Amino acid sequence: MRESAKPTEDGWSSTVTLTVNGTGHNLTLDNRTTLLDALRERLALTGSKKGCDHGQCGSCTVLLDGRRVKSCLILAVTLDGRTVVTVEGLADPTGLSPLQAAFVAHDAFQCGYCTPGQLCSARGMLDEVARGWPSAVTGDLTAPVELTDAEVRERMSGNLCRCAAYPNIVAAIRDAAAAR
Amino acid sequence: MSAVGREHPRLEGPDKVTGAARYAVEYPVDGVAYGWVVPAAATRGRITRVDVAPALAVPGVLDVLHHGNAPRLTPGVDDTLFLLQEPTVHYRGEYVAVVVADSLEAAREGARLVRIDYDTQPHSTVLSEHHPGLYRPDTVNPGYPTDTTDGDFDAGFAAAEVRLDATYRTPAYHNNPMEPHATTAQWRNGRLLVHDSTQGSTPVQATLAQLFGLPPEAVRVVAEHVGGGFGSKGAAKAPVVLAALAARQVDRPVRLALTRQQLFGPLGYRTPTIQRVRLGADADGRIAAICHDAISQTSGVHEFAEQTAVYTRSMYAGRHRRTTHRLARLDVPTPFWMRAPGECPGAYALESALDELASACGVDPVELRIRNDVTVDPDSGQPFSSRNLVACLREGARRFDWADRDPTPGVRRLGRWLIGTGVAGSSYPARSRAAAAAATAAPDGTFEVRINATDIGTGARTALWQVAADALEVPADRITIRIGDSDLPPAGVAGGSMGTASWSWAVIRACQGLRDRLRHVPGAAVPADGLTVEASTADEVRAQRPLARYAYGAHFVQVRVDADTGEIRVDRMLGMFAVGRVVNPSTARSQLIGGMTMGLSMALHEEGLLDERYGDWVNHDLATYHVSACADIERIEAYWLPEEDPELNPAGVKGIGEIGIVGSAAAVANAVHHATGVRVRDLPIRLDKLLDRLPAG
Repeated sequence: MRESAKPTEDGWSSTVTLTVNGTGHNLTLDNRTTLLDALRERLALTGSKKGCDHGQCGSCTVLLDGRRVKSCLILAVTLDGRTVVTVEGLADPTGLSPLQAAFVAHDAFQCGYCTPGQLCSARGMLDEVARGWPSAVTGDLTAPVELTDAEVRERMSGNLCRCAAYPNIVAAIRDAAAAR
Repeated sequence: MSAVGREHPRLEGPDKVTGAARYAVEYPVDGVAYGWVVPAAATRGRITRVDVAPALAVPGVLDVLHHGNAPRLTPGVDDTLFLLQEPTVHYRGEYVAVVVADSLEAAREGARLVRIDYDTQPHSTVLSEHHPGLYRPDTVNPGYPTDTTDGDFDAGFAAAEVRLDATYRTPAYHNNPMEPHATTAQWRNGRLLVHDSTQGSTPVQATLAQLFGLPPEAVRVVAEHVGGGFGSKGAAKAPVVLAALAARQVDRPVRLALTRQQLFGPLGYRTPTIQRVRLGADADGRIAAICHDAISQTSGVHEFAEQTAVYTRSMYAGRHRRTTHRLARLDVPTPFWMRAPGECPGAYALESALDELASACGVDPVELRIRNDVTVDPDSGQPFSSRNLVACLREGARRFDWADRDPTPGVRRLGRWLIGTGVAGSSYPARSRAAAAAATAAPDGTFEVRINATDIGTGARTALWQVAADALEVPADRITIRIGDSDLPPAGVAGGSMGTASWSWAVIRACQGLRDRLRHVPGAAVPADGLTVEASTADEVRAQRPLARYAYGAHFVQVRVDADTGEIRVDRMLGMFAVGRVVNPSTARSQLIGGMTMGLSMALHEEGLLDERYGDWVNHDLATYHVSACADIERIEAYWLPEEDPELNPAGVKGIGEIGIVGSAAAVANAVHHATGVRVRDLPIRLDKLLDRLPAG
């Protein structure tokens, strides 16, 4: 059972422990602080982007205990003891991860603002596929999921890209997935 | 081997995929406070009272700025930026107060609690061709004549064998860059430093200097990475002014980022349009008379006149021609630039009308466009520097296997899907604007090239670096390029598809000048502090020969429409372009398909729905204002013809940021007609507009 966040005396704040990109943080946060704002404004991890602050664009996507979530929709004080990975934590010790390198090689972004969310979402999505989770376009719900273009497009449609790098994102993800 | 023309990954790519690239409100700043905007709840009227007490009672709130207490700005600079100065409310959503606090949470809570009372007046917010206030503006954006006429349109139209008279409507479109407009502002010893999300920090610097009564050198504007703009960040916008006001008021650095909802309107949007197109042709589809009458809206704050009918002036033949623009001044936010203002909505109407004319004449729509090609610009009478529209149509048609197309609408079925294909032409002006650049040689054999260009995702940083390598005749890895800072040599905005054309010109001149200097340095020894040459293109740009300079393209689209539900899916988009020389094929392709996708989005998804009671958009977020998502784009291709045009600029580029969207919505609409036999003349083509008109199975 997880320890719960401890409210502070002023009643506005709570103290939580978060592990972000492998580093533990003991934080006293305004109870209203989203995970996204905690990352950006308290931990100076500005890689996670605020595109809409309403869970509608996907720019803020991070991995929470390995699963993709929209960090603008979660209050940070509800995450005591949890583990977060942001775009800053995606790289391999030796350099860009295959997914990041594929995004660069395929020109899978233009302005780059949705990119951290796309990358975290893709990482989470590939794990979902590996676990055999079907999507709305999966034909056979009992067979292993085949990572087609249609599957990638469907599963990545929660991450908007106004520059519309979509086909390059799909190509980059399939490239990186093939190399896994 | 030349660097220009070779694919190269974006220089800032690794920074963008690791989260290291910093955008406007992401720089570490000591003691930073947060601003949160309060939008007006009245449509038109005056603020009679601002009660700040409940907001100030929120722990952490530092101040509430409003017209009664904000620092004063210089009037007459830009009416859309004369913010927090007067109690007047021009439209609902206008920014009328800013709460500044120690934290985002406190600022937001405070903004909710600011109580504002208004004296309201009746308002007019709905655009219609019957609006009693329609008027003729003096010019249309960015300075075109309002109306043009040549020959006798009425007589030519009356005498034509085939006549088409159709009215097309487009709704308000919202730019929606992924990064909402945002600024960090700090005052130090009377100097203002801002990190701003803008398409051009040189003009922002000038505007801020004027507004705050400072010499330009006392203002520095940095825009190293910008999360898209699509026109909406093409000039200084409210956030940079509000952040600077707030920072001065509380004497602390301030970060001010707008919410997604606050973007819908006050920062500009594409005006709704009502466009009547009339074409008179002979039985073979040769146009004799062509007329495009466009109506759009502006605001009571500032006049913006979308140049909707300008596309029709130069695109196709017709001895008798007329174009007009009329505006309604409404109690709404001021429209502004959105990707290809004018050409984008105008081409939707004209290229749809050409499709209708092709059907009426029984002529293939590719052939109809070829028959109506011109050799001199029908508007100016000038020759074209190059015009490869026909080549784009022919090569695009070949790649798309257009030749076997059966023109009959509504007859192709694949299971439950109705299949159709459509074509449209495309064109966008190839302009250049003066810029300055500097190039420095260091003793170690490396170079630095500096210009205040802005890379809003276009790939400009990388393209200019490639251009510099060729101009310096050194390997590109010895060159560092610096952009996005008003301390660098001044340059214009990333807009009007003239960024690379204008900036590369200055970069080439600076680099050529440096190369010449290096040739004359004894022993080619560069002094310890380096050797710098700065160049401006002002004289050269002004001395350009008068020619009609345009990029061209042709869009080919295949759609499938569910025969029962009317659901529209785009199987394939193919764009064939003639855009001069392409500096970096990979980033160029990204821009072109990005524009094409925004055209698909315009045709099928995007629509600002006005609440007529308030003159504000109901669907002001990304869940209700739909933009194309990954699943909407199945197969999309962009190609270009080799094109050498010596009459453009030293790099020979025409600009590619906008031409991708021009005509693409028409190609989708034409394909939907071919699939279903249903002609929808008001965008977007929602399934409910098809549902009761689909061919019976």
